[in-house]
Amino acid sequence: MDFFNEKHVEAAKDLLYKMADDQLIIGHRNSEWTGLGPLLEEDIAFSSMAQDKIGQSEHLYNLLHELGEADADTVAFTRNANQFHCSQLVELPIGEYDFSLMRHFLFDMAEAVRFESLTHSGYEGLANIARKFKGEIKYHTMHAHAWVKQLANGNDEGKARMQSSLNEIWPFALGIFEPGQHEDTLKEAGIFEGEESLKGKWLKEVTQLLNACNLQIPTDSKPVFGGRTGNHTPHLQPLLDEMCEVYSIDPSADW
Amino acid sequence: MTETSILEWLQAVKDPEIPTISVVDLGIVTKVSINDDNVEVTLTPTFAGCPALKILEKLVKDRLVEYVGIGNVEVKTNFETTWTTDMISEEGRKALLKHGLAPPKPHPGYLELDVLSDTPCPYCGSRNTELKSPFGPTLCRSLHYCNNCLQAFEGFKPV
Repeated sequence: MDFFNEKHVEAAKDLLYKMADDQLIIGHRNSEWTGLGPLLEEDIAFSSMAQDKIGQSEHLYNLLHELGEADADTVAFTRNANQFHCSQLVELPIGEYDFSLMRHFLFDMAEAVRFESLTHSGYEGLANIARKFKGEIKYHTMHAHAWVKQLANGNDEGKARMQSSLNEIWPFALGIFEPGQHEDTLKEAGIFEGEESLKGKWLKEVTQLLNACNLQIPTDSKPVFGGRTGNHTPHLQPLLDEMCEVYSIDPSADW
Repeated sequence: MTETSILEWLQAVKDPEIPTISVVDLGIVTKVSINDDNVEVTLTPTFAGCPALKILEKLVKDRLVEYVGIGNVEVKTNFETTWTTDMISEEGRKALLKHGLAPPKPHPGYLELDVLSDTPCPYCGSRNTELKSPFGPTLCRSLHYCNNCLQAFEGFKPV
């Protein structure tokens, strides 16, 4: 990447790590619905989205590798919780289906906005990837829209459950947009437009659907920050232990 | 050896998950460079999480090295070209049908769910079908049901 100076490379790494880690961890959580979905089609949908997310994380880790970090497997499978840059939102346990669905809606809408924006990034490798991811994530957001609408506009129990999940998840969803310490560098280099700007676009999009479903957005929530700097809930380390179990037994295994 | 002959040889390399379609007709071979006896083939992924990526690279390489006998072949995968289902050739669309998969409809660069909703049934051709889920047994497929011949079927979803 010869158009990067060293400061730009550090800033790009920071951005890539948080996106890749978000994708890997939400992918792992989504995969926990495999075999347990409330309907066969939902089981398949969450499993497919898990596969998309984990595949996407690998390509982001590959970009990091090009910038001098270790290879994708090493980065994904050998770090502890405090070395992960994912938002706390993605590491929360799957809970009941309404919880997972609401998280999926808020998170995937954020990704849709993020990758749309990154298609215009001056970092060409990232822009190329973003163009591809954007098309895949479109299916995720269509899926989320369809089900949030269906459940929130269904019977009283559905509406109450969706509202209760929204209340619980909202502060964590705001935490996706925790400003990074390299934001100015990223903006100056034309790599990324910044979290605050993305948050504005995301709010507009999610408010539209939540309003259409008569769900109330909590007004006095403070964002839950910390994930981007390695401060996590107690739920992340057990997830990593499980995810890395096979790799830890024999890192040299070929499969 | 020309770009055309390389593409002809690669017609024999089929998608491991849809063995009726070749990598060329699927549209994932995006570049062939020939420099003396060195050949470089660039592939682009259909879906970022497609588990067949590594296998495809190997199949393409093996075909050119072992069958054609080219000494130095490099196969790489990148996102310089964004694959879309509009890159599937006419032959490729027929090949999907042969495998019982409804071919993807062309789309104008953006997707709405209704692009999937009236997919013609690959068995009886009826348009009286419904979308069951945009997610199927592989990342590239959606699930549908035909109200005419009463069979479930899969479609290759537009991206």
